[in-house]
Amino acid sequence: MADRVRLAAFGGVYANHLALEATLEDARAFGAERVSCLGDVGGFGPHPDLAAARLRSSGVQVLRGNYDDSIGSGRDDCDCGYTDPRDRRFAQISYDYTRARTSDEHRAWLRGLPEQDRFEAAGRRVLLCHGSPRRTNEFLWESTCPDAFLEWMCEAHAADVLLCTHTGLHWHRALPSDRHVINVGSIGRPANDGRASVWYAGIEIGPEVRVEFRPVAYDHESLARQIESEGLPREFAATIRSGWWTTCLENLPSRERRAGLH
Amino acid sequence: MTLSLRPDPRSAADAGTEPASRFPLQPFEHLDTLWLEVGGSLCNLSCTHCFVSSGPGDLRHPLMSRALVRQRVAEALELGVREFYFTGGEPFMNPELIDMLADTIVFAPCTVLTNGVLLTSERVAALAGLSESSRHSLEIRVSLDGPDSASHDAFRGPGSFARAIDGMVRLARAGLLPIATATLNTGEDSLVVRERYDSMLREAGIPRPRIKLLPMFRLGREAARTGGYSAEDTLRDLPAEGFDPTRLQCRSCRAVTALGVHVCPLLVDEPLGRMGDRLIDAAAPYPLRHGACFTCYVTGMTCANG
Repeated sequence: MADRVRLAAFGGVYANHLALEATLEDARAFGAERVSCLGDVGGFGPHPDLAAARLRSSGVQVLRGNYDDSIGSGRDDCDCGYTDPRDRRFAQISYDYTRARTSDEHRAWLRGLPEQDRFEAAGRRVLLCHGSPRRTNEFLWESTCPDAFLEWMCEAHAADVLLCTHTGLHWHRALPSDRHVINVGSIGRPANDGRASVWYAGIEIGPEVRVEFRPVAYDHESLARQIESEGLPREFAATIRSGWWTTCLENLPSRERRAGLH
Repeated sequence: MTLSLRPDPRSAADAGTEPASRFPLQPFEHLDTLWLEVGGSLCNLSCTHCFVSSGPGDLRHPLMSRALVRQRVAEALELGVREFYFTGGEPFMNPELIDMLADTIVFAPCTVLTNGVLLTSERVAALAGLSESSRHSLEIRVSLDGPDSASHDAFRGPGSFARAIDGMVRLARAGLLPIATATLNTGEDSLVVRERYDSMLREAGIPRPRIKLLPMFRLGREAARTGGYSAEDTLRDLPAEGFDPTRLQCRSCRAVTALGVHVCPLLVDEPLGRMGDRLIDAAAPYPLRHGACFTCYVTGMTCANG
């Protein structure tokens, strides 16, 4: 068992192949010995096969998110967990586009990805998943995850360090028991913070657990133009340019929603 | 503890006369959500469709005390609860509501479900203070039954729409981003209904409307108004292989009143909906015998925010 591991973890690629390339480069600069993608390779962005091909050639460990599960299995919707009709409409536009442009080969690859991964480092049990250990499409928001709930979840799933994504917003909680829950964020779209950069987690697991959320700048203007030229909603391009979410807002709890513009 | 509840008109499927074995058994996964009926059945309005038949002077379910709420919150935290919902009746009829929220939001996110007419400036300022001082979200959900006074007031009484909107505007000005909870009638296009509420709320001075649409439950006073559930509105004899337990919120929620622990917030008036005196007693499977179970299952709805 390693005494100390440096891990780069990101989620929600959402077909943002330009941010993916920049993130892989930054993970090298961070000195990551392991690089993990916690799922959702496609959705939202343009040309989904580009990101899938890059991930496959990179050697990065990839988990199966709800989007990957739906695309891989040919389902009718992304099973993102949205309940609001406007959010569902945008999600469906994005899903139909992605499904039509993901090759059979990549679908088979997505279908075969594992849902979770585990390893041990410095005596700590590390569990990696997409939404939560119990549901791929569960949203773990910072402001709706009290310590009592996270302690229960870590205990129930035998994890000392739990990594997840799915919400698109990164956060870290060191629990009273010295367990850690880390939402690694998303590199597919900005973190609703008015910055065009995307975020991932650089994590060192040793006697202590250190988490460094790293912003990644990339050619977001080029991505926004590709979104527009592919006929995807203008709202998506606006998010990429401005850093503020324009869609899929209704699931945000009040604290996270207040931090945004819309 | 003996329950003494006012009987409501029910369909045969709701009467509980059939053996539980004929209904799907809903497993209980974990207590994610605890509903606290702090307002009991006491309400300042007498809405014609109220699924728990609340109203002025109605103390079938008494107000919960601050001490009892603290006890239930502590029990729930022991079980690893994720969030609390404060409801009634009208929760602002309980004079200790703000103190209860202050006690609870330290530990977990809280949501208040209100008719909005008691949202005075003083109360809104207290809520804003709680929200700003906590790392957990505080959600205020205001029930609307139409995007205008004519349709809303027909259910809730004259003047209630204007007062609810005034309350929402105060909340929005205080930065609280209230959620409008609106009922959706069968056959309505949810996107059209959503846009209607969105336009109305923006025009009223709420720049970032949040809207949650819910189906109508034919329980309580609504059952008397529309005839309630028919014998066909039931999950009776649903084949086991066709049953999807993830469609129902009762896999991860329970509700407490001053009278005990109940399977969900919709069934607090059903004698068979009461599961015991302690939360741990209610961490058990439940037979889906009620008409409301049919509505939840068919619509896949949840009373929770997400």
